[in-house]
Amino acid sequence: MSFVSMLALIVSSTLVYSAPMVFTSIGGAFSEHSGIVNVGLEGIMTMGAFSAIVFNLTFAHQFGEATPWLGVLVGALVGVLFSLLHAVATINFRADHIISGTVLNLMAPPLGVFLIKAIYNKGQTENITQNFGYFSFPGLSKIPVLGPIFFKNTSAPAWLSILIAVLAWWILFKTRFGLRLRACGENPQAADTLGVNVYKMRYFGVMISGLLGGIGGAVFAESISGNFSISTIVGQGFMALAAMIFGKWNPMGAMWSSLFFGFAQSLSIIGGQLPFISGVPSVYLQIAPYVITLIVLVAFLGSSTAPAADGTNYIKSK
Amino acid sequence: MIKVSPKAKHALVAIISVLAGFLVGAIIMLIWSYNPIEAYSSMFTSALGSMNGIGETIREASPLILVAIGFSIANTAGFFNIGLPGQAQAGWLTSIWIVLANSHMSPWLLIPYATIAGIIAGALVAGVAGVLRAYFGTNEVITTIMMNYIVLYTCQYLMQKVMSKKLRISTDATKNIPANGSFQVSWLTNMFGGSRINTGIFIALVCLLLFYIFMKNTTTGFEIKAVGLNKDASTYAGMSANKNIIVSMLLSGAFCGLGGVVQGLGTYQNYFTQTTTLDIGWDGMSVSLLGGGGALGILLAAILFSILKIGGLGMQTLAGIPYEIVSIVIAAIIFFVAIDYVIGLLFKDKEQPQPVQNKPVAATASDSGPQKTGTDDSKAEGGK
Repeated sequence: MSFVSMLALIVSSTLVYSAPMVFTSIGGAFSEHSGIVNVGLEGIMTMGAFSAIVFNLTFAHQFGEATPWLGVLVGALVGVLFSLLHAVATINFRADHIISGTVLNLMAPPLGVFLIKAIYNKGQTENITQNFGYFSFPGLSKIPVLGPIFFKNTSAPAWLSILIAVLAWWILFKTRFGLRLRACGENPQAADTLGVNVYKMRYFGVMISGLLGGIGGAVFAESISGNFSISTIVGQGFMALAAMIFGKWNPMGAMWSSLFFGFAQSLSIIGGQLPFISGVPSVYLQIAPYVITLIVLVAFLGSSTAPAADGTNYIKSK
Repeated sequence: MIKVSPKAKHALVAIISVLAGFLVGAIIMLIWSYNPIEAYSSMFTSALGSMNGIGETIREASPLILVAIGFSIANTAGFFNIGLPGQAQAGWLTSIWIVLANSHMSPWLLIPYATIAGIIAGALVAGVAGVLRAYFGTNEVITTIMMNYIVLYTCQYLMQKVMSKKLRISTDATKNIPANGSFQVSWLTNMFGGSRINTGIFIALVCLLLFYIFMKNTTTGFEIKAVGLNKDASTYAGMSANKNIIVSMLLSGAFCGLGGVVQGLGTYQNYFTQTTTLDIGWDGMSVSLLGGGGALGILLAAILFSILKIGGLGMQTLAGIPYEIVSIVIAAIIFFVAIDYVIGLLFKDKEQPQPVQNKPVAATASDSGPQKTGTDDSKAEGGK
């Protein structure tokens, strides 16, 4: 294997494995900046994966190559609907954010499998025929050296997720909406006093996390797993949560740490093909994202990077 | 609006949550044209209709009780230990490994050895989160979530790569443990129609009693409660917050580890590769949340969830309804427990404004001892 093709393999598989986490971790950042802790990302991803696969299996004939992208839209929609459970519970009904988020995680896998069994009469779907596969950018892939590494046979959703990360950073830190959203996560009383509708902003925050989490799940299902079963989404949502924390609640940071975690994850899978990695037990690469997050959390001692009012219920006085 | 005491309100909210959870399950079944009445009746008959079913239900409840105790202890101290699956898994693998590696030891030594090692393994996993929280202020929710996956992959690695090949039948499962390391005993198995019931239930019940006494009557239990209620006030009163954080997390992990030991030495008799975080961790957490963290509540909630989980298997074969409905019902129940504020609105209003008026009434009503009523009240408040 030549050096360039080895790099190309590493980059493309890193992108494939990062994409779902990039989307989901950005979603998590929006939710937390609005003041709602969302540990239910895993469950939201599961519902996104489930709905995208069902859509893909049902409509692959009609829509052909566009099916995976439409599946992502369906996953996004279902993700938003599912996240509303968390939003209603935490924003209106004063539920503990961790318990409510855990309910999403407890609910999603059995719900998905139940529906799969109800629809297909078996616990696991067929493999989809239309998946994301590899994508080559028309002009860019012809660039010498860089072209084959970054733009040839790469993952289209990953590049989209990077664009979304930039957009999310801009929305969160450079727009009026973003400022208001963050105000609700830092000091909801003050935001309310200044006329910001805290409940509405928090709904936006949670629903954006549902949207992007659903997209993340759909992308994972349609580019990596290829079907839906109880073990389709195992830990990707929590890894996205870790990426968001590692990225210090910033969409760009979340993107970079997702890429890094995706790199670690892909090494544990393609490591056997790479000369210098094949000797490392895959367990180190599998647990790396989690261990690194712990170390980072401990190292950032004292620096309160999480939004100040994150995880607290805001109760408007009458 | 119905007038109820705060304690009765707790129970009523739990009961309503359970009923609402069943209703959600019924609605989902109706949408997909399954018959919910057939489902629930076949569930209860297969869980309780035979000695085997009852034995399996009790067997299922044993680890849930232990894990729920673990969750409750940390939760009382104000920590959300979401790492129960990892702690239980550590206990499970450790106990099985020790029994397999020392299979010729006398059962009187081997069982306590493996059990205590499993408990320590669980405690260590939780202790990491406790230490990080105490000395670095790291949020325990995040650390325990991360630990779940670290343990999940580490256990897989330990079993596949570190454990001697002689102890395994394949890369994905260990050998079954010999009888001298097992919690299964013939008289129990025979009494309950060949089910996998084991002495784990006695361990669970003893632990439940110990947990009750520990929380009510010991200094450490009191300190854990005090720290959970008001950390600053307890620090001011001379309790070490750091010590209590670590102690409560260690105890929490110890009980989860024990739950894993019961699951391993009692139920499965071996260890096999886990692809996802352990069910008993999440179910134990659900049990504790529904049971309100108290000993009696945990017992009742564990029995209910075990009936659901064991009955669900029967329901799947008898009524042809997918087993997953059980997990959906459990998740729905916990959702309603989480929004207890809303359910509580049905009952709350009349009682709360009148605690001052109530006291003399209660004192005159029970002539036997007004002092006793006073202590009961303070206990009830402390237990919140």
